[in-house]
Amino acid sequence: MNVTRPITAPATATGVPMPRKSKTTGAQRRAVLLFVAPFGVLFLAFYAVPIIFAVVQSLLTVERKGTFGPPQQVFGGLVQYQQVFQNSEFWESVGRVLLFGVVQVPVMLGLALLFALLLDSPLLKGTKFFRLAFFAPYAVPGVIAAIMWGFLYSPSLSPFDAVTSQVNFLSADLVLWAVANIVTWVYVGYNMLIIYSSLLAIPTEIYEAARLDGASNFQIAWRIKIPLVVPAIILTGVFSIIGTLQLLAEPQTLRSFSTAISSTFTPNLAVYTTASVPNYSLAAAFSVVLALATFVLSFVFLKATQRKVSQ
Amino acid sequence: MSRGAAMLIMGVFTLYFLTPIWWLLVSSSKTGGDITGTAPLWFTADSIPTFFANLGNLFTYSDGVFGRWLANSALYAGLGALVGTVIAAMCGYALAKYEFRGREAIFNVVLSGVLVPATALALPLFLIFSQVKLTNTLWAVFLPSLVSPFGVYLARIYAAASVPTELLEAARLDGSSEARTFFTVSTRLMAPALVTIFLFQFVAIWNNFFLPLIMLRDQTLFPVTLGLYAWNSQISQIPELRVLVIVGALVSILPLIATFLGLQRFWSSGLGAGSVK
Repeated sequence: MNVTRPITAPATATGVPMPRKSKTTGAQRRAVLLFVAPFGVLFLAFYAVPIIFAVVQSLLTVERKGTFGPPQQVFGGLVQYQQVFQNSEFWESVGRVLLFGVVQVPVMLGLALLFALLLDSPLLKGTKFFRLAFFAPYAVPGVIAAIMWGFLYSPSLSPFDAVTSQVNFLSADLVLWAVANIVTWVYVGYNMLIIYSSLLAIPTEIYEAARLDGASNFQIAWRIKIPLVVPAIILTGVFSIIGTLQLLAEPQTLRSFSTAISSTFTPNLAVYTTASVPNYSLAAAFSVVLALATFVLSFVFLKATQRKVSQ
Repeated sequence: MSRGAAMLIMGVFTLYFLTPIWWLLVSSSKTGGDITGTAPLWFTADSIPTFFANLGNLFTYSDGVFGRWLANSALYAGLGALVGTVIAAMCGYALAKYEFRGREAIFNVVLSGVLVPATALALPLFLIFSQVKLTNTLWAVFLPSLVSPFGVYLARIYAAASVPTELLEAARLDGSSEARTFFTVSTRLMAPALVTIFLFQFVAIWNNFFLPLIMLRDQTLFPVTLGLYAWNSQISQIPELRVLVIVGALVSILPLIATFLGLQRFWSSGLGAGSVK
């Protein structure tokens, strides 16, 4: 370990060599090991191993010797995945969250961008108050938010019974959008702050130059600010996609207010329900498919939006 | 857009964001019957004594299990986020400030970890933990919460931008060890990022629902969210729980609001770091 030979600087991901070739000493290499090891070990134990375990579990199937023999796990190949693809309830739940995501994510990010631009504009007074007020719901956990809104939606309990006696937000037709409203309520302020803090990082000289050229506030927002905060919008977009496919706490909690939410309302609820049957192999296969779908969707979204930026 | 229109938009949405929280506060000060029978968004004549009576019931119901839940949440989220932040910061810092073989490979693996949904990990974790007899223990929720790939990502970006290599070389010349330089010099420069990572992780653990839901059976181990969820699903059998759920919900969001307000001046400067290209 105590070898002090200099190693040549490796190329970085972009292929550009490091600007400065500093000697990496043995002490530094030990330091790297010390710094990386704790995270590395935990990451292996609680990320890598579970993923491998889920894949292995999804390939197993339970067999019984005779009718009353003890159950035994044997290698079943892709049997579970066949079942996943034949499981209409699972695919209905996937379709449901995709519909949810296609509507809720753009609405939420659009509002977040609008609020961030207004906070950053010279039009507003009391920006600090608005910032805190809009961000406050982020301090409310999904379960608690769902309980609160569950009361607000309930025809019998709601303080807004003038509205809830006319429109039943907890009916089968509307309950998905009732969930969408809860998710939007919790996360708009959080996304707003991410976009807003990246607006604050733009040097103000850019605006002064544009203003000298006669640009209006709207033109500055549309042509300068929005293009410069695209990376922040992409980041919030990826997190929102991941969040949408993970939906669980809000619908699961709302089930005690509404009978319109089935035990397979979202993919994660389907996983939970299948695991409590218990059919671990099928639940593991659902998890693997879901993780892959999330990964692919986030990745495609990243690539698609980044290409747009560079054009 | 005119000034008036801008203020109008923000005013309307202020109502949207704050009304549910206001309703929660007002309802916490009412008896079970008054929640539906009186003006929903305003207090009753004896709101203050009722509020304290509700609070008393909350902390004594079922042998005071609610206090236990709060303590559990503080342990899972507070200690978990603290340890997790240090671990993520060390890793991100090493990835930013040292050249070593496999650096980009490690970073790419961590980055793809950001995209893996935590709920997809919960079920296999449960199966693994049940084989080593760790389900239904504090560890089952605490240990997995320590891992934050996003924290490593943020720490790397922020360390690369805010810790000058010259400073590290100067510290080396002064004979400071690498670990000492990190803990005494670099962490100070990375402070906004560290606070941001801590908060992200604190909120993520505090809000985590799936992991405790499948790991824990013993209700004295529940975090506060899972406990309130359990109470809420029993309301139809035990109606008196309704008031406790409402007061409990209010009490459970106060620690998060206090944490945010207390750390606000640190995190607001670090929040944008993740979106820097």
